[in-house]
Amino acid sequence: MRHATTLRIGPATFRIGSAWPQPIADLSRLYAAYPAMTGAIADFTVRLQPTSLMRRFVRPSIFITGDHGLADAAPMSLSHGLLAAEMGMNLQMALGWRRHLLLHASSVEKDGRALVMTGESGSGKSTLAALLSERGWRLMGDEFALLDLETGAILPFPRLVSLKNRAIDVVAGQVGDARMGPLLRATAKGDIRHMVPRADAVARMDQGAMPALLLFPRFGHDDDVRLVGQGEIFMRLTQASTNYVALGEPAFAGLTRFVTGVPARAIDFPSGEAAIAMVERLWEELA
Amino acid sequence: MSAALLVRVLRDPAVAAGLDAAGWNGLLAAARAERLIGTLAYRLDDAPAQARPILDDARRDTAREAQQALWEADRAALALAPLGVPVVLLKGTAYAAAGLKAGQGRFIGDLDILVPREAMPAVEQALIAADWEWVKEDAYDDAYYRQWMHELPPMIHVERDRLIDVHHTILPLTARQTPDAAALIAAAIPISDGLYILSGEDRIVHAAAHMLADGDLQGGLRNLWDIYCLLPDADPVALQARAAHHGLGAHVAQARRLAAALYGDGARLTVWDRIVRARLLARDGWGRETRKLLVFAFYLRSHWLRMPPLMLARHLWTKWRKGHRPQ
Repeated sequence: MRHATTLRIGPATFRIGSAWPQPIADLSRLYAAYPAMTGAIADFTVRLQPTSLMRRFVRPSIFITGDHGLADAAPMSLSHGLLAAEMGMNLQMALGWRRHLLLHASSVEKDGRALVMTGESGSGKSTLAALLSERGWRLMGDEFALLDLETGAILPFPRLVSLKNRAIDVVAGQVGDARMGPLLRATAKGDIRHMVPRADAVARMDQGAMPALLLFPRFGHDDDVRLVGQGEIFMRLTQASTNYVALGEPAFAGLTRFVTGVPARAIDFPSGEAAIAMVERLWEELA
Repeated sequence: MSAALLVRVLRDPAVAAGLDAAGWNGLLAAARAERLIGTLAYRLDDAPAQARPILDDARRDTAREAQQALWEADRAALALAPLGVPVVLLKGTAYAAAGLKAGQGRFIGDLDILVPREAMPAVEQALIAADWEWVKEDAYDDAYYRQWMHELPPMIHVERDRLIDVHHTILPLTARQTPDAAALIAAAIPISDGLYILSGEDRIVHAAAHMLADGDLQGGLRNLWDIYCLLPDADPVALQARAAHHGLGAHVAQARRLAAALYGDGARLTVWDRIVRARLLARDGWGRETRKLLVFAFYLRSHWLRMPPLMLARHLWTKWRKGHRPQ
């Protein structure tokens, strides 16, 4: 394709091609500190192509696809090209990654041990991971946590952190504009702005950590901490995984080991500050 | 043109040793787009360190698919056992069940079975009783399938989410050729309780009919690879006689030429063979379809093959009013 770049995030390498220059320029700027991968064999190809011949030029509209794609994927405006590229990479991981159990979760690390946070979109797991990573934790990822089925470790996948709506100002105020991407207004999920992880997150993106605490965060409720039964945890994690079925019996064994070995709590919180205090306290008590 | 590179590597895996990273990226993207990545993985003994895990993943995926497909066949056999009719496995599931080379690394989507036409109503009832249900609830499509197609409308299993296509012959009833469905079933080979596969010759006739007398050559490189792998199991003279019996002599002969030209030792191609070859190779190093006009022409041809002109006009008009547009 006319415009292209190759990126490596954790264990996965992506060759991203685009019919337009802007998405590639955005990626190159925001991923500048990541390893240079020119001339690498990529695990996945991502394509940002016009939805039709005309839509290359007139009201440009992006169809996100690649090695793995969804025929009915919603077209996106070129002004959201950076988001389209990120979604294209997520799509490849969600549909094609087989080397680890993929959990839809954020994760951060401290003292060589990992905190994993899983929940639906809007639960606050990305925001919480971003805020913790500015307070002495190492960001491992805001979207996917990779569970190594042989060692039981969580491996990082530290792509750009995707912040939505109210979380944007909260985080941008703390990290400064230099590490923030362009504000993407009125996407399908509201306003979105990407945050570049701190240098240590990128430098150590090949270092996994053993999981020490699992949280199910929920933003927008009064402070609360609840126990969650292991059966429920197991079911919620299978639902939070896109490749649990594809990996077969090793995934069952690996997930069982994770669920029986890692303490877990569901937490509700009204604000980011409250959440951080709660997480630090639970980490002291349980991890 | 990376479909051409894919074909070269499948023909001679040693070609891969000379590829740089850009070559590998094009090869892998084309192989994925043509659903031949599993086949490629089994074909290559060695690969650069960065490509090896990708090929390992593909092998594991297709092994799992084969396991799932065989389980699905087992479930269908169980549901249909009381009827006492022969159930003939077709395409990918048949290759996997019989351990054929064509099944190695092959993606298997739906379960395709062939049963005697007079048994269709009983088969349908038995599958519904065993929790398969209709995918499309559209009266026109349903009536169209039942009147003109060689199969029931697709059904899906409620729990396992897998599709089954129940055929009573191997080409639509509206196609120009009328294969001898009773002969297909009479010559089928038993492989386990109640399950059969087509004879060596009929397997190739079916694959060639599917590729060249029906459809728009989408996935044609994979179909042709199947044929290339099936050919050594059939006696060439018996094959041509059998193909002629089914009215598909020309299609089988063309499939043999194309298989030899693309994957084998070469063959003399006609002008029409060359046009088909150009369509088969319409894929670039990003996995995108190229030669849009040619591809579209084959799409039109697929409709032309399926129906007489007046019927085609009526069909397209009905589909258009329902909001369907060609891709």
